[in-house]
Amino acid sequence: MNETFEKTALHRDYAASKLGMWLFLLTELGLFFGPLLLYVMHDIRHPEAFHAASSGLDRTIGFVNTLVLLTSSLTAALSVASIRRGKTELTLIFIFVTVTLGGIFLVNKYFEWTGKIAHGIYPGGDAFAGLPPGEAVFYGLYFFATGLHGLHVIAGMLVLAIAAVLTASGIVNKRDFVKLENAALYWHLVDIIWIFLFPFFYLIS
Amino acid sequence: MANEGAGYLGTEGRPGGISSWIFSTDHKRIGILYLVSILSFFVVGVSLGFLMRLELISHGPTIMEASTYNSVFTLHGVVMLFLFIIPAAPSIFGNFFLPIMIGANDVSFPRLNLLSWWFYMAGAALALATLALGPADTGWTFYAPYSLRTGTYVSLAVFAVFVLGLSSILTGINFVTTVHRLRAPGMGFWRLPLFVWAVYATAWIQIVATPILGVNLLLVIAERVFGIGVFDPAKGGDPILYQHLFWIYSHPAVYIMIIPGMGIISEIIPVFARKVIFGYRAIAYSSLGIAGVGSLVWGHHMFVSGSSYTAGVIFSFFTFLVAIPSAIKVFNWVGTLYKGSIVLGTPFLFALAFIFLFSIGGLTGLILGALSINVHLHDTYFVVSHFHYIKFGGAGFAFFAGLHYWLPKMTGRMYNTKVANWSCLVLFIGFNLLFFPMLILGIEGMPRRYFDYLPQYSTLQIVSIVGSWVLVTGLIMMFVNLIRGAFRGPRAPFNPWGSATLEWQIPSPPQRENFEKIPEVTKGPYDFRGLR
Ligand code: HEM
Ligand SMILES: [Cu+2]
Repeated sequence: MNETFEKTALHRDYAASKLGMWLFLLTELGLFFGPLLLYVMHDIRHPEAFHAASSGLDRTIGFVNTLVLLTSSLTAALSVASIRRGKTELTLIFIFVTVTLGGIFLVNKYFEWTGKIAHGIYPGGDAFAGLPPGEAVFYGLYFFATGLHGLHVIAGMLVLAIAAVLTASGIVNKRDFVKLENAALYWHLVDIIWIFLFPFFYLIS
Repeated sequence: MANEGAGYLGTEGRPGGISSWIFSTDHKRIGILYLVSILSFFVVGVSLGFLMRLELISHGPTIMEASTYNSVFTLHGVVMLFLFIIPAAPSIFGNFFLPIMIGANDVSFPRLNLLSWWFYMAGAALALATLALGPADTGWTFYAPYSLRTGTYVSLAVFAVFVLGLSSILTGINFVTTVHRLRAPGMGFWRLPLFVWAVYATAWIQIVATPILGVNLLLVIAERVFGIGVFDPAKGGDPILYQHLFWIYSHPAVYIMIIPGMGIISEIIPVFARKVIFGYRAIAYSSLGIAGVGSLVWGHHMFVSGSSYTAGVIFSFFTFLVAIPSAIKVFNWVGTLYKGSIVLGTPFLFALAFIFLFSIGGLTGLILGALSINVHLHDTYFVVSHFHYIKFGGAGFAFFAGLHYWLPKMTGRMYNTKVANWSCLVLFIGFNLLFFPMLILGIEGMPRRYFDYLPQYSTLQIVSIVGSWVLVTGLIMMFVNLIRGAFRGPRAPFNPWGSATLEWQIPSPPQRENFEKIPEVTKGPYDFRGLR
């Protein structure tokens, strides 16, 4: 392939990059629509079991994690605001804080999961098999949805890390920052999904 | 315009090595990549279908055991749907022609486009890997609870479909963005060729519906590996919910298969009737209408799954409703033919075959949509016949029509039209011989997915089997003719059919850069004034 063949000019369509990203975020929402729909259907059928199971989750950790993610969304937005003003260093700091907060979220999640697993409450665990029918499904969905979300957190952290590298090397700069903007958008999505998961799993009882 | 060498097909006069193809970000080369790979998988799918038919030539196990038959129809379904008919029209013709038709030099995200093809190939490799390991035997629908229990490689097959879905989503995102961002000056939405409208509507369904299938498949994997219990009654789960999630995607997926085909037909009909298409806006809107209403009818696959009677009535009603936009298209095509000065070119013959077969598919669909009749016909050969009429007779024939219409542009060479016309006739006869008896067999009670049958079904089964031989003969005729034409045929002029859309106003094959200067569009896509 020679140079004229690579239509470099096309790669710089800002509005297209944004539109493409929004469409992609839409598909991510679709991905979580499935488990949430299953949740609602099962909740209608086993309301008591769902409430009982939900009260077994640690609300404090859930709440702390919600705050952590909300803050990280703010710092992600601030990183974009900084690059617009050309403040590269500040941008990098904000990205760093965002990624760190993502890490804290995962560490909390890890303790939450291992706590449940230690009690045998996980698909395949001893206690799981003995749970009343609805409660098993609740935890099955809990592990599936938060696990899938956790993978998105990891993906978001990677994307932000890449954006940081691009910023440091000047590829993302004051005039061309759509890559960072899209990374931040993705991070907001990760946040928004959690805002849905949190009340569903932690607050219904 | 003169024919200027091999255009995008060559690199500085040389054809270019394999890496100049599989790493190319040129939408035309990617279109060709899809063409070659999709048609190869189509051959695999046809062979499997052919073997299934052959199995039924006599009673008892003939060439395979019952369990093998189960695996063969599963793989046939997966290959035909996810590797052939879903990507065929959008990924081949959409990639190659959508940018040219709107006056652009490429899609919005060329590298993402290449990535989609790689995902497609990865998904295909995974799906075919199950063939060696132990193919799934669940049917292409992967219904729980059986799919959670069977010992075959269901997780791998399901993951393959997940990866193929990802490829489909990325293609959809690319097309929606391209249509919004890269239309040439003067190319308003109401001047878009109807094929572009169709691919655009399809792309939206791909974006909105595919993730739901994706997560459903992930849930199946999670059930199999960890046993999370959502579809497992023993743990309080419900397998019916699997069916809901599956069809929420898979009914709209039926439109992913057929709408681009309808778009192809809407291009061909006006060109060969030498007339402005009748009801341009009605056709464009009806694509959107199908995309919309089509998302509300999934329950018609579940009339006998134990859902409530009210739900059945509602889904039945919407099913009847969704027939309206499809019928609008048929009326508009026929209306375009009325008083046209018709040229009987090969693409046009395929288009006529399409209208006929698609109408049978649509009408049998209405029969199945009626609640009471459905109880009798559910899971019989009637259903098998119905969806082959829609997907093969409809989408498949439209795709063949598109091949005969656009290949001269893609390759710069012309096939033998006489052989092509004959192959169309043989295909048409073979198709009806193969699938029409299945309608009657279904009404008489022959269930689908059985590798054996009662003696009273013998005659019609044999007719149908002979039909599969005729059909395969037609396919061989058609492909040999097209392949010979592509490599050795006489040079095609830049506009052999006298079309008015933009792709025909540039050389055959197109230059690497589609347009030296982005054109200024001043007239509609079916305005034939000033053309021959
Ligand atoms: C040579 C052409 C073809 C032949 C001979 C053929 C034959 C068959 C047969 C015999 C079955 C199984 C019926 C049963 O026992 O239930 C079947 C199923 C099916 N076919 Fe085809 N077919 C052909 C082409 C196609 C095409 C082009 C498509 C799609 C575009 C397609 C899609 C399917 C699907 C989705 C199933 C259902 C699989 C399942 O039950 O899970 N077929 N076909
Ligand atoms: Cu349907």
